[in-house]
Amino acid sequence: MNENVEYAVEMRNITKCFGSLTANDKVSLKVRKGSIHAIVGENGAGKSTIMNVLYGFYRADEGEILINNQPSKINSTHDAIALGLGMVHQHFMLAGALSVTENIILGSEPTSGPMIDYKAAKEKIKSISSQYGLQVNPEKIVENLSVGEEQRVEILKTLYRGAKILILDEPTAVLTPQETEEFFTILRALKNQGKTIIIITHKLAEVLAISEKVTVMRLGKVVGEVETKNTSAEELAKLMVGREVLLRIDKSQYGKPREENILSIKNLSLSDTYGANLLSDISFDIKAGEVFGIAGVEGNGQTELVEVLSGLRPPSTGTIALQGQDITACNSRQAKELHIGHIPEDRHKRGLLLNSPLTENAILGLQNNTKLVGWPLLKENQITSHTKKLIQEFDVRPPDPDIAVRGLSGGNQQKLIIAREFSIAPKFLIASQPTRGVDIGAIEFIYKKILELKASGAAVLLVSAELDEVFSLSDRVAVLYEGKIVGIVEPEKISQQEIGLMMTGGKKSQTSKT
Amino acid sequence: MQRIVDALLFPLLAVVSAFLVGAVIVLLVGDNPIRVYEIFFASAFGTVDGISYTLFYATPLICTGLAVAIAFRCGLLNIGAEGQLIIAAFAAAWVGFTLDTSKWLVIPLCMIAAIVAGGIWGGIPGLLKARFGSHEVINTIMMNFIAVGIVSYFTQYYYRLPGDPILQTKPIVEQAHIPRMNAILAPLGIDFPAWLPLNLGFVIAIIACVVVYVFLWKTKWGYELRAVGVNPSAAEYGGINVSRSIVIAMCLSGALAGLVGINEVLGYRYRYYDGFSAGYGFTGIAVALLGRNHPLGIFLAAILFGSLVRGGLFINIFSDRVSKDLVVVLQAIIILFVACEAFFSFLQKPSTGGKS
Repeated sequence: MNENVEYAVEMRNITKCFGSLTANDKVSLKVRKGSIHAIVGENGAGKSTIMNVLYGFYRADEGEILINNQPSKINSTHDAIALGLGMVHQHFMLAGALSVTENIILGSEPTSGPMIDYKAAKEKIKSISSQYGLQVNPEKIVENLSVGEEQRVEILKTLYRGAKILILDEPTAVLTPQETEEFFTILRALKNQGKTIIIITHKLAEVLAISEKVTVMRLGKVVGEVETKNTSAEELAKLMVGREVLLRIDKSQYGKPREENILSIKNLSLSDTYGANLLSDISFDIKAGEVFGIAGVEGNGQTELVEVLSGLRPPSTGTIALQGQDITACNSRQAKELHIGHIPEDRHKRGLLLNSPLTENAILGLQNNTKLVGWPLLKENQITSHTKKLIQEFDVRPPDPDIAVRGLSGGNQQKLIIAREFSIAPKFLIASQPTRGVDIGAIEFIYKKILELKASGAAVLLVSAELDEVFSLSDRVAVLYEGKIVGIVEPEKISQQEIGLMMTGGKKSQTSKT
Repeated sequence: MQRIVDALLFPLLAVVSAFLVGAVIVLLVGDNPIRVYEIFFASAFGTVDGISYTLFYATPLICTGLAVAIAFRCGLLNIGAEGQLIIAAFAAAWVGFTLDTSKWLVIPLCMIAAIVAGGIWGGIPGLLKARFGSHEVINTIMMNFIAVGIVSYFTQYYYRLPGDPILQTKPIVEQAHIPRMNAILAPLGIDFPAWLPLNLGFVIAIIACVVVYVFLWKTKWGYELRAVGVNPSAAEYGGINVSRSIVIAMCLSGALAGLVGINEVLGYRYRYYDGFSAGYGFTGIAVALLGRNHPLGIFLAAILFGSLVRGGLFINIFSDRVSKDLVVVLQAIIILFVACEAFFSFLQKPSTGGKS
């Protein structure tokens, strides 16, 4: 490679340990000035850690960092900002009640005398936003912004402080396809004006679309550094997981939906205590052997729909029927007894007793099953063997029924939940964000299990924020927007772009004002 | 076994540290800590009398410790064990001086009265929490005041013997007395001094420990109750009726606190004596905390706190400069050390979960 290439960031042999865990093991990284550099890897691969070291959140135990070819000590985020680094976190750090301007200048307020010089601040923000095409109204209150706009505010915040190197942690996780494209346009504009961008992501398609170079991490080490134009999604996935991964699931081999309706929902509505509609007039059927997907931007009624269907919350009006039997009034216990499985969207909030052992988690929801629970005592041997069976069938690691679930990785926790829900032989499975925070290897496994369940004649409701997931698994997809179904489509007959449009209400996407 | 050692480690360290700090305080007031602790241990554990008094003082604390723990396992803070045990003691006394029948009838009825009264008094804040979401901490505190007021009123105006200068009810009938340790151990050929107040109440407290353990960890209801305590959202998801678990936990908590009434009224004073409780309900919180909300831990912690009462009396009398207030200081320091467990965490291995 050309010797006089300028590197904006160079990290040499960075090692960072947390107790006995080595999060980064001699990680080296070179980012060319004015390029877009992607870092990919599974959960726990150490990609966030290395960026937090760069941004001064953590101090490396070993190794050195060069910024613009100068050895640099970064002991705090202050140092990092002074060196021209800026970081946008996956979860935005904005004060919702304040205006865009106030958020951007927070911590580096321009003053005239004792007063904040809002006029100067606004001028500066306007000039930055027009320079990079980051359109946002500086007067607006942040909580009224769309997610895409919030992200632009975050980027503006870093640019306002003079950042020349931007670190973006999973920036597209919360965006619709349209918003993602606009976001990429912005990234390219930034790059063309000389900024260096480091983007952490796990979406391989985006890596291929936007980056010039990719660093792949696995288990705290760099396992590959490739030029984007010389690689493919398959190769990257293989590097990330360490083995061949099936990226495209062929759902056709799991059969077509049958004639019989398993679930029928009619005119389902739900309003909150103030009378606002959370769900309005939702009707659909799911057939035996069908995966019915729900697409939509998060917060458009998905959570509520799942709560209603799983018996956690009664609907305001409408009916739910399972194989013709009215189950509208069933609570979550009765739903379980009717073989309705539920993989909850937030496994820590709903799905698990984190500090309890695997055994107690394996019987959550099954505590009325007389095979496991006698009178008056629990049947401990049966519970242990039931747990071991779940562990074995779903390859949960470590395979110890007595350790606390907290000690398991996200993927293994999710596998335990899925194993438990599958153990009731579900006729109807509600799978809400089944692969959230799960690594690629486990995702493949979970997809296969869901499709096997479908093939066995169960009905599956799949709710996911990952459009790819909904597309590749579902036989039909309903798009939810503001609590209403705006359309039910077959994924083969529609593009992701069109779905994306429907996700924002079929109107022009909010972010396309630019 | 390893788990038990691990669980005991921090509370033990807290106790040892508290005693060390106590020693410094003794030095500061100009006394000899070795001699003071010698008095303490000799009086609390050195003789049959000492041990049995220690156990007698521990008995109500075992009950209230269990009461606090069972609520805590369901995610609830029962600050109202004090009120619950007062109501329970009064109920036991009322049955005891009202029913003049055979001991086979009156003793069980007195016990049931104590358990039910305590259970109801605990169940009310539970119901309020489950039904209206009002916070159990506030409500149990308020229920304490109500209990004290009601019971004092009835004692004063209805059940005090004419001319009695002490605020206490008339005595319960002879048949309602439960046997003291000397009567319990005599058939086994053990000669136990008759003057010692240790009684059947202590045995009941031990049985309660076992029952609570089995209930919490071996039955479905205990599982449900703990699931609610660990993660109510997940419990609800698992089809557990969270509201019902809350009510049950508070009822059981009150009932366990009510056991104090059995020890006190049927086994010791044979009447309701206003102000008999030396803050047992509140000390029970400390006992539960030190005992890590586990029956075995609570049993041991209660004995420690019982010994502090017994030893405190003797330190007060036989040491030169230390009053029994030091014992209160020790108690407070133990609790402080237990509460800031992180202080000892440097001893912990850096592993994250999992046993090897």
